[in-house]
Amino acid sequence: MDINILREYIPLYKDALFLTMKIGWQGILLSLILGLAGAAILHFRIPVLKAITGIYIEIFRNTPLLVQLFFIYFALPKVGIKITAETCGVLGLGLLGGAYMIETIRSGLESIPVIQTESALSLGMTKEQTFIHVILPQAISMSVPGLLANIIFLLKETSVFSTISLMDLMFTAKDLIGMYAKTIECLFLLVVFYLIMLLPVSILGSIVERRMRYGQFGD
Amino acid sequence: MSELLKVTHLQKKFGDNVVLKDINLSVKKGEVVVIIGPSGCGKSTFLRCLNGLEEIQDGVIVVDGLPVEAGKREITKLRQKIGMVFQSYELFPHKTVLENIILAPMKVQKRSKDEAIKEALELLDKVGLVDKKDYYPRQLSGGQKQRVAIVRALLMHPDILLFDEVTAALDPEMVHEVLETMLSLAKSGSTMLIVTHEMSFARAIADRIIFLDKGEIVEESSDAKSFFIKPTTERAKKFLKTFDYE
Repeated sequence: MDINILREYIPLYKDALFLTMKIGWQGILLSLILGLAGAAILHFRIPVLKAITGIYIEIFRNTPLLVQLFFIYFALPKVGIKITAETCGVLGLGLLGGAYMIETIRSGLESIPVIQTESALSLGMTKEQTFIHVILPQAISMSVPGLLANIIFLLKETSVFSTISLMDLMFTAKDLIGMYAKTIECLFLLVVFYLIMLLPVSILGSIVERRMRYGQFGD
Repeated sequence: MSELLKVTHLQKKFGDNVVLKDINLSVKKGEVVVIIGPSGCGKSTFLRCLNGLEEIQDGVIVVDGLPVEAGKREITKLRQKIGMVFQSYELFPHKTVLENIILAPMKVQKRSKDEAIKEALELLDKVGLVDKKDYYPRQLSGGQKQRVAIVRALLMHPDILLFDEVTAALDPEMVHEVLETMLSLAKSGSTMLIVTHEMSFARAIADRIIFLDKGEIVEESSDAKSFFIKPTTERAKKFLKTFDYE
C-alpha cells in the first residue's frame, strides 16, 4: 500500500464523506419525522390516513432503495417533476427510512400497557395529551435500539447514491479505481471512511441507550 | 347532604356476557362506600364505568349533575371530578414523583407550576414522602408508589375518589401505610368508593358496604359492623366465610 497515494486521496474522500453525511442525516431527519407522524396516525387509528400509511409502508419496505431512487430521479421528470440528485437522495432515503421508523416507533407504542393510557385519562387528560406526555416518551425510549439500528442501516444505504451520480464515498472510490487503478488504497480508504462515519453513531447510540434505560425503567 | 354520584339501571356487557346488571347506587358527599365481593363479580368494571373507562350498554351515571358518557369529549371535564387509584399504581415511569403529580394539574387545569409544586409538596409531606420528590417510581417501594398515586389523584381536587384494589399488589407490611393514608382521607371528609379485599379495613372505614356478586348488588348495609357479623343474605354469608380459618 502506498502511503503517498493515501495522502493524496484523503481530501477527495473527505469531501465525499461530507456530502454523504449531509444527505444521509437530512434523509434520516425526514425519516424520523415521517416515522413519528405515521406512528401517531396508526396509534390513533385515523381513518383513510391509516390506510394510506399502511400502503406506504408496504411499498417502501418491499422495494430496494435503488429502485426507489431510479423512480424518483429518472421516472418523475417524465411527468414533469424535476429534482436535483441531492434532493432525490434525501427524499429516497427519507421515504425508505420513514417506513422502517414508523414500524419501530409503533412497536414501541404497543409495548406500553393500555392501563398507562387509562391512568392518564383518569386524571382528565385528553387522548392527545396522554400521547404526547405519557405514552410517546416511554415508547421512544423503548424504541431507541431499533431506531439506532435503522439510522445505521440508512447511513449504509447511502452507498447506493452513486448510481444517481452523487459524489458520495462509494462514487469516489469507484471513480478513482476506474481512473488510476489503485484498488487496494481506494478500498482501504473506503472502509476507513465508512467507519469514521458510522462508529461514532454506534458508540454514541449505545451510551444514549444505556442512559435512557437507567434514567427511566428497570423495575 | 347532597347526592354526588347517582347510578341508575346500569348495565355493562362484554359482547354477550353481562358483567353488571341493573346496578342502582347513589353516593352522598363525604360518604365512604366499600364494595366487596368475589373476584370476577364486576367490582373493578363497575369503578371503571364510573369514570368512563368502560362504555355502558344501559342506564345512567350522573356525577355532580353531569352524565358520564364514555367516548365523549366532555368526559375529560368529568374525570377531573373523579380521581382514580389503580391496583398497579400506574405512575409514569419516565417522570419523577413530583413530575408525576403536577403533570395533570398543569396540563389539564392549566395551573401554574409554582402553585402545583407548592400543593404537591404539602400533600407529599402529609403522606411522609416529601424527601422522595425527585425519585423515579422504580426507586420506590410498592407502598410508597401507591401513596404517590393517591397524592397524584388528590392534587386534581376531585369530588370523589375511586380506589380499585389498591393494596392487592402490595407486600403485607406495605398494606398498612396505604390504608392509613386512606383512613385519614376518609376522616377529612373525602367522598370515596373503595373496592377491596381487606375485610377488617372495610369494616373500619365504610359508611356503607355493598356486596356485589355475579354482577348485581346482593346486599347493602349502612352498618358495616353488623354486616360483617351477621350478613342477611346467604351469598354474603358464604363469601365472608371464605375469610375465616378456624
